[in-house]
Amino acid sequence: MAPASLAPGPPGGPTPLFGAYGIVKRFGAFTANDGVDLEIRAGEIHALLGENGAGKSTLMKILYGLLEPTEGVVTHRGDVVRLANPEAARALGIGMVFQHFSLCDNLTVAENIALVMPAALTGRALAERIARLGEDYGLHLDPARPVWSLSAGERQRIEIVRCLLQDPKLVILDEPTSVLTPGEAEVLFAVLERLRDEGRALLYISHRLDEVRRLCTRATILRGGRVVGACDPQAESARSLAAMMVGTQVGEVRPKTARGTRAERLVLDRLSLPAPGLHGTPLRDIALRVAGGEILGIAGIAGNGQAELFDALSGESRAPAPGAVRLDGRAAGHLGINARRRLGAAFVPEERNGHAAVPPMSLSENALLSRHATAPLTRLGLLRLGAARALARRVIDAFDVRGAGPDPAAGTLSGGNLQKFVVGREILAEPGILVINQPTWGVDAAAAAHIRQAVLDLAGRGSAVVVISQDLDELFEIADSIAVLHAGALSRPVPTGATGRAALGLLMGGAGEPDPRGGEPAVAPAIGTVAPVR
Amino acid sequence: MRLDLLPRARRSRRLDLLAPALAFLAAVLIGGIAVAALGVPPGQAFLTYFVAPLSEVWSLQEVALKAAPLALIATGLAFCYRANLWNIGAEGQYVAGGLAGGWVAVAAHGSQGPTAWILPAMLLAGTCAGIAYAMIPALLRVRLGVSEILTSLMLVYVAQLLLDYMVRGPLRDPQGYNFPQSVSFDDAARLPLLMAGESLHAGVLIGLVGIGLAALVLTRTLFGFEVRTVGASPRAARFAGFSDARLTLAVFAISGGAAGLAGICEVAGRIGQLQPEISPGYGFTAIIVAFLGRLSPPGILLAALVIALTTIGGEGAQIDLKLPLDLTRAFQGLLLGLVLGADVLTRYHVRIVPGGAGAKGIP
Repeated sequence: MAPASLAPGPPGGPTPLFGAYGIVKRFGAFTANDGVDLEIRAGEIHALLGENGAGKSTLMKILYGLLEPTEGVVTHRGDVVRLANPEAARALGIGMVFQHFSLCDNLTVAENIALVMPAALTGRALAERIARLGEDYGLHLDPARPVWSLSAGERQRIEIVRCLLQDPKLVILDEPTSVLTPGEAEVLFAVLERLRDEGRALLYISHRLDEVRRLCTRATILRGGRVVGACDPQAESARSLAAMMVGTQVGEVRPKTARGTRAERLVLDRLSLPAPGLHGTPLRDIALRVAGGEILGIAGIAGNGQAELFDALSGESRAPAPGAVRLDGRAAGHLGINARRRLGAAFVPEERNGHAAVPPMSLSENALLSRHATAPLTRLGLLRLGAARALARRVIDAFDVRGAGPDPAAGTLSGGNLQKFVVGREILAEPGILVINQPTWGVDAAAAAHIRQAVLDLAGRGSAVVVISQDLDELFEIADSIAVLHAGALSRPVPTGATGRAALGLLMGGAGEPDPRGGEPAVAPAIGTVAPVR
Repeated sequence: MRLDLLPRARRSRRLDLLAPALAFLAAVLIGGIAVAALGVPPGQAFLTYFVAPLSEVWSLQEVALKAAPLALIATGLAFCYRANLWNIGAEGQYVAGGLAGGWVAVAAHGSQGPTAWILPAMLLAGTCAGIAYAMIPALLRVRLGVSEILTSLMLVYVAQLLLDYMVRGPLRDPQGYNFPQSVSFDDAARLPLLMAGESLHAGVLIGLVGIGLAALVLTRTLFGFEVRTVGASPRAARFAGFSDARLTLAVFAISGGAAGLAGICEVAGRIGQLQPEISPGYGFTAIIVAFLGRLSPPGILLAALVIALTTIGGEGAQIDLKLPLDLTRAFQGLLLGLVLGADVLTRYHVRIVPGGAGAKGIP
């Protein structure tokens, strides 16, 4: 870790706190970062923007010592440093808040924090430090509570506290608001602004351009592994930022053309299901009706029963009463997923890898995965591989799926391209009923617009669509009405035009009804009152 | 110091094919050191193990006769293992097949009239007995959630003891001087020889047909797709609407049937009667063969030939060079370990983290 020769001089301005210059990272023949320069100064929130596959994660991992660059240097206050592992990065004062929490569900808050602390710091001393941080930053946490009983926002607070306990000079945040309610996000923003004012640097990675414009004063934009621009996001519009990211002007989705038939195509009638596992969510008396031509949006924070509701709709878990699920008037609660597909339904699960698609299999085999029962892809039990390839090809063409080779393995596609394939595979079946969970999760702006347009067009042709999404912007853009799933219960749907972000945010936090999990008060009006201090 | 396994961005096809060959080379090198330590020139041992069995007609036939049951059983097992089900009782299913088919032969012994039905009936009875015997652990798993690993293994000993009892009791040859063995089968109850005066019999062809059929089923049928999907991703298999229980029963039936067929082929081929021991551990060795062959039928065929070759070569080394048979077993184990290790290296590359402190902290 000895300082080596002086780094390339900063192009004007004082020496940055951290710099990365000429970073190249290759994985085999694939170049994830290609000559990336990045400078982060103390006291700024710096946004790192880019589509999926633009190289953001790779750069982030290099800064946190998880990857070493093939070429290029990282500097700290002008001195070249080598970040061989996260320990080295932490020693330099780099902390990271991951998008996917690395917490042990069955341990308490304090135990989870102790896991990453030096062995000397345990028990009472640790609890005191957690309490003091909580006071200082409004990050209240009960050290004795097991993690599984916490909301996503509280879990993230643990990650942030873990990071702050090490007094970092630079905090890297990867998509930090993706699991938060609007209220919880406000709390997070206040913490981040506070950290900035203390003179720390923050590297903020997000797909949500409105947040970036609100928080960040500088942004570096990556495309295809290269830096394609730097700007002040507050001087740009969300639209112009998106255009820089994808390299073209992003089109707004066109509204549906027709309003459809109004005949009810998908009905759930007081559907209740027990929780599937120890930490699953039971479904409680869910009722909904979706007519042809209609898009029902289901909002909610992750872990409130979205996966369970999706499984109940798809038939991966079956309802006790056949009449609890009706597809085009036919009782289907007792039917499996293929029987429901034969009734004209199609499903897109949230997880692409390992649920909607099998990563090591080719796209044509993945076409078979959900279509073997409804498309002419088999004859007498034999696969018609040519037909499967033709189907995959049609999806690839219709949805502009880009990947290497004519029939690549699903796992080699970027997230956005695989999602386009998965959605296209279902929409090309022209389903009368489509249920889609998190349609654009982790997908770049251009692919997201493509997917939303395809869903809108399908509804315009008279299909009933249910979109389960945590992205309120998305629901406002495409849904006709929105209901909120909280703790396994579904609120009454409200027409999209008649509701707003604030009202939905309250419902997402469980306002207006007692929280069955006996947890925190649901609404997050201000810092410091989110979790009860005990 | 810590070793990290990092996934490779993409798998190289060339590396995939090269890895087992390199593993084999490494195993030969390590085996050579062991042989030298035992005081035998490694070069000479190499000739005895790997070249001598290929140089004579009789030993070539021996290799084929040993490889056929191994390959047939391992191919059946590949269906189970691909679907993440662990049938390790193929030895028992093999014995059940040999016993049931042999029983038909004993019952038909000396019968007057047409005899053409006997052999097909034996093969059918052997296959069905293997299937039925494999259904025990499969049904226990599907109905009651009992681990198929334990039940299938324990049923091996039940089958072996049952065979032992039958050849000492009900099926013993009345004119056999109380030896624990059945009557010698009639010619109509033996698999025909492929060449007069030689030992190669039609069981080898049955094995080859079985492997070809399995390759076809795995790659070209919806059922094979189902097996592969369940193995690669159980959640996606449920999304495809494939039923866990049905698949469990089906793959156990296939592996049990293949093992049973191999059992009756051995009994009706080489042995020609029922006796307490009808297998030199084929059912267990086939597990090694299945994984050596990476659970694909062509790979399994190759792996079975390699294992059969080293076994025959090992017998030769025992006689000519006074090398212990255990050395052969150790070599086979070493080969499996190296092939599996090489497989990991084709998918991951190793990073040495100096001063790393093991799995501590966030990733």
